[in-house]
Amino acid sequence: MHEMGIALEVIRIAGESIPAEHAGARIERINLKVGKLAAVVADSLLFCFQVASKDTPAEGAELVIEQIPVKLYCRDCGRQWTVEEPVFVCNGCGSAQVEMISGRELDIDTIELVDEDSDDNQPG
Amino acid sequence: MITSLGERHLLLRHHEHGHGHDHGHGDLIETKTRGSRRIKVVKRVLDANDITAGRNRELFACKKVFVLNMMSSPGSGKTTTLEKTLARLMPEMKAAVIVGDICTTNDADRLASSGAPVVQINTDQFGGDCHLAAHVIEKALDGIDLDAIDLLIVENIGNLVCPAEFDIGEDKRVVVLSVTEGEDKPAKYPLMFRVCDAALINKTDLLPYLDYDLKAAEETIARINPGMSVFKISAKTEDGFDAWLDWLKDQVRVKLG
Repeated sequence: MHEMGIALEVIRIAGESIPAEHAGARIERINLKVGKLAAVVADSLLFCFQVASKDTPAEGAELVIEQIPVKLYCRDCGRQWTVEEPVFVCNGCGSAQVEMISGRELDIDTIELVDEDSDDNQPG
Repeated sequence: MITSLGERHLLLRHHEHGHGHDHGHGDLIETKTRGSRRIKVVKRVLDANDITAGRNRELFACKKVFVLNMMSSPGSGKTTTLEKTLARLMPEMKAAVIVGDICTTNDADRLASSGAPVVQINTDQFGGDCHLAAHVIEKALDGIDLDAIDLLIVENIGNLVCPAEFDIGEDKRVVVLSVTEGEDKPAKYPLMFRVCDAALINKTDLLPYLDYDLKAAEETIARINPGMSVFKISAKTEDGFDAWLDWLKDQVRVKLG
């Protein structure tokens, strides 16, 4: 429901991450990591991104969402495992001392800029 | 939940910019491939919210105020629970309330009768949002004398999805659900039940008229958040309120000493 806010933040952070020496460059791709437990609907985010990126360096960029599984770690027996269902009890020893090591990400990993100076873009 | 919040803050500190670490923008690693340059960013999208939440948390610590973030689905009886809670707490504790609603001041009007200062936030002034973000709380604090209170309760927007994602600088989080909703609510909204410290199962006075499987709800909560404190209450009759209020008073005492 707050995907528009997230899209705007993604666009802002991506824009600010363009190094000064490439000022004015267009963003070709934004690689996002989104945990399965993050309160984000990928389709809504993609739609909002498309709308909100107009007239920004991210206009026309591809938003690539990598979904990160929910991984748990048991502090008692050291077991690590991936869960599909929301059960946060160790499936080995039954301990409740379980830590979430991934699954809540909402991170911009990398951005890719169109390289205007690249030889590939030169005619001939 | 404390763990996951802690993990987020660690991450935040690591990637926070402009605070003297020499990595500041040193996180930028550039790789050049055919026709494009890849720039390493590694930044939480909600970084800005987390930074503001951290600032709120520091202010609350400095002013010695315990902050409770109360979340729920719409219609779970959160406002009635809060009204009754304030009525019972106010004699011994000075409390204030921030109420978030998309529209109307109905909840604020009801809560003000408790005598506690109430700040109403209508999120449509902030973009019609579905949750209270840290900067909205920061702004609402202008209307509250933090030196005069021990306890600040934030009644979040009725929504079991988005508020779970936004740290506002609170000390503890409580989720209110009611027996008129399905017992599978916790399973449908696991993040909310994972990030909260306590759950209030409200409207227990209606149990004789419903097929609600209380045991199943409690078992589901225990699978999602085994350490969670669960209180069965009726905001109407105040049944079960003693245990809930004891828990809340304990939490305040632990922070304020």
